[in-house]
Amino acid sequence: MNANETCKMVNIYLYTRYERFWHWLQSAMILILLATGFETNGVYTLLGFKNAFDVHNFVGITWLIAFAFFVFWVFTTGEWRQYIPTTKKMLLVVRYYMYGIFRGEPHPVPKRRDAKHNPLQRLVYLSLAAFLLPLQMLSGLLYWSYNSWGAWGLGWMSLKVVAAVHLAGGFAILSFLIVHIYMITTGHSLSAHTRAMVCGWEEVEEREAVEEWEIKSRVKTPA
Amino acid sequence: MKRVKITVSILLALWMLGFCVLPSGATPGAAESEQAPGRGMAQQATKGAKRWITADHSKHEALKQPFASGPEVTKACLSCHSEAAAQIHKTIHWTWVDSASPNDKPMGKGALTVNNYCVSIHGNEPRCTSCHIGYGWKDKSFDFTDASKVDCLVCHEQTGTYKKHPAGAGNPAKEPVVFPGDGQKYLPPEWNQVAQSVGRPTRENCGVCHFYGGGGDMVKHGDLDSSMTKPNKALDVHMGIDGKNFDCTRCHTTAAHQVAGRIYSTPAATERKTLAQDDLTPRITCESCHTATPHKPGVKANDHTDKVACQTCHIPEFARALPTKMRWDWSTAGQKKDGKPYKEKGPLGTPVYDTQKGNFVWEKNVKPQYYWYNGSIDAVSLKDPIDPTQPVALNWPVGRPDDPNARIAPFKVHTGKQPYDTVNKTMLVPHLFGPPGSDAYWAKYDWKVALESGQKKAGLAFSGQFDFVETSYVFPTTHMVAPKEKSVSCNECHTKEDGRLAAIQGVYLPGRDGNRIIEFMGWAAVLGSFAGVVLHALGRAVSRRRKEG
Repeated sequence: MNANETCKMVNIYLYTRYERFWHWLQSAMILILLATGFETNGVYTLLGFKNAFDVHNFVGITWLIAFAFFVFWVFTTGEWRQYIPTTKKMLLVVRYYMYGIFRGEPHPVPKRRDAKHNPLQRLVYLSLAAFLLPLQMLSGLLYWSYNSWGAWGLGWMSLKVVAAVHLAGGFAILSFLIVHIYMITTGHSLSAHTRAMVCGWEEVEEREAVEEWEIKSRVKTPA
Repeated sequence: MKRVKITVSILLALWMLGFCVLPSGATPGAAESEQAPGRGMAQQATKGAKRWITADHSKHEALKQPFASGPEVTKACLSCHSEAAAQIHKTIHWTWVDSASPNDKPMGKGALTVNNYCVSIHGNEPRCTSCHIGYGWKDKSFDFTDASKVDCLVCHEQTGTYKKHPAGAGNPAKEPVVFPGDGQKYLPPEWNQVAQSVGRPTRENCGVCHFYGGGGDMVKHGDLDSSMTKPNKALDVHMGIDGKNFDCTRCHTTAAHQVAGRIYSTPAATERKTLAQDDLTPRITCESCHTATPHKPGVKANDHTDKVACQTCHIPEFARALPTKMRWDWSTAGQKKDGKPYKEKGPLGTPVYDTQKGNFVWEKNVKPQYYWYNGSIDAVSLKDPIDPTQPVALNWPVGRPDDPNARIAPFKVHTGKQPYDTVNKTMLVPHLFGPPGSDAYWAKYDWKVALESGQKKAGLAFSGQFDFVETSYVFPTTHMVAPKEKSVSCNECHTKEDGRLAAIQGVYLPGRDGNRIIEFMGWAAVLGSFAGVVLHALGRAVSRRRKEG
């Protein structure tokens, strides 16, 4: 509806089966971890400390192991290239979300099979997958293995600090989640993005060509 | 074809999910049926304890002779057990002084220790020493080197008929007599019967004194009272007659009459060893039998044993069968009804006022208080200066969070109000017990006279000026271990709202502790994000309506 009416819509296969599975598995785990994590922190009482704690640890370790599969996938499929940050068109995307979207302008960087993340997404998802989530996993693992610190030569660490880092990570993920869920509604229809993450297919505006810089290249361009 | 594809992908997903959860799950179903390793260890360490002896004391000629007094029996005992008295003379059961305490400041009931019950034995010996394992400690002149003065019977007799007179300085009654304090009749022992019954000390033997400390049943410890003579398993899993049915000496192992256990500032054990590491180690700690990781593998409680004493979780409350005294206010003593001393009972059936002693508070099912504790308890002595502007801790658990031997441990804290010297700033010894006409408080109800007499008998100075000060006295809670179903649950400590460990410092306790700055910034970020998307959504809705309109 907000799409440029002169544009022709095409269906493209954006997310492979594993990608979708991973996305929903990870979102379920993150939701459970947030819920049980904030309960363990003492924000509210739902399951009781022991149950919240047990579920949090179980799901946390599960996430850690499952994440290894994601890392394997992202590197073997070359999908990691989708996360290479760029500043090109970044300002256009920012301008779009701050201004253009209200005027019904088309997205400056529509999704393509080979370039499913816009520059802003690249930056956000790279920070998430390469920094925030691993930091959360690492601090969680350390928190979990607190009693082994001495044996691992980590006796100098402070539980208070590790707990603070883990808590800060939890807040950051919760903030991301709020924005992320909202951004799902900014497709050409409210449910377009959700549908894509469920079925794999998304309707996008047809463009003549993806710009060269966007394509995940398997060949290094000579300098 | 499509159905096959879907089935395959679901199976694949399930397989992956299963693979992911395997390491942390570790087949919980199988572990459930097995018991915790620490229980298994302890059961192995204690099963089949059948003890036997090669002597029948009723056949010994030495014990068939006529006896008229305790020391005569003791001499008969020593005629075979030649070293027993020498051993006893070295124990705190005999000296009432901690041999590890400094010579210039000896601690113990027989020295400079002060509590907030009857305060001190000095001047009150005949009453207090009815719980001494000797005969005749009636004042300072008692000869601690006299072997015949050792009372073998109180610990070893098995008839249950041997009773020391409550005010007899450790002697049983010489002829039938009624003690006014409890209205009971005390008979002279059937010496031969009692002497020939001797055996290893049972709960009854230890309980005669340790269940009645502080002048009566339930008064002192909170985890030791007459309910522990024949407790059920629900009250004490180890001593319960329907449980392991342990005697005291099962854990308080004894060598040459030295009974394992804490002695004032000397911990019961300095090394945390199990029987598997050292089969002759005293069984005085939980770890001796249960090991330092007694719970099932992967159970979080195993990770707590470096900071939390076993007792902290496994003794949720003390005084679970009978109430225990929690407060003793001496300052209200001396009030009379119609010119006569009186007693008043409270809702628990225990005295809440006594002209002789003041006001009492009793409680049942008491949650302990928790402190860092390395097994040592330090105390104020009768010579130490105190600060009367705030409650005086007469003793306190020693231990810091960074001490590897310290654990968070449970305590009964008995509070009181008792006399102190307002000029010298020391605690004072009242002379309480004495015959009519003496200077004792219970004779004249005159504090000044009683304090002067008490201080004099203790060999300490008194300015003549006194007042009452708030005090506290701690007892480690270690008996009355509850069945595992009753142990303290996680959320009783891991909570922001007034948890059991709310006052414990020096450890980060998830659920209780947080980080205010991060929490503030975190919620600001979360609310900011939320407000941002709401505004953005509103903007989109408005602009679309405008466009459509």
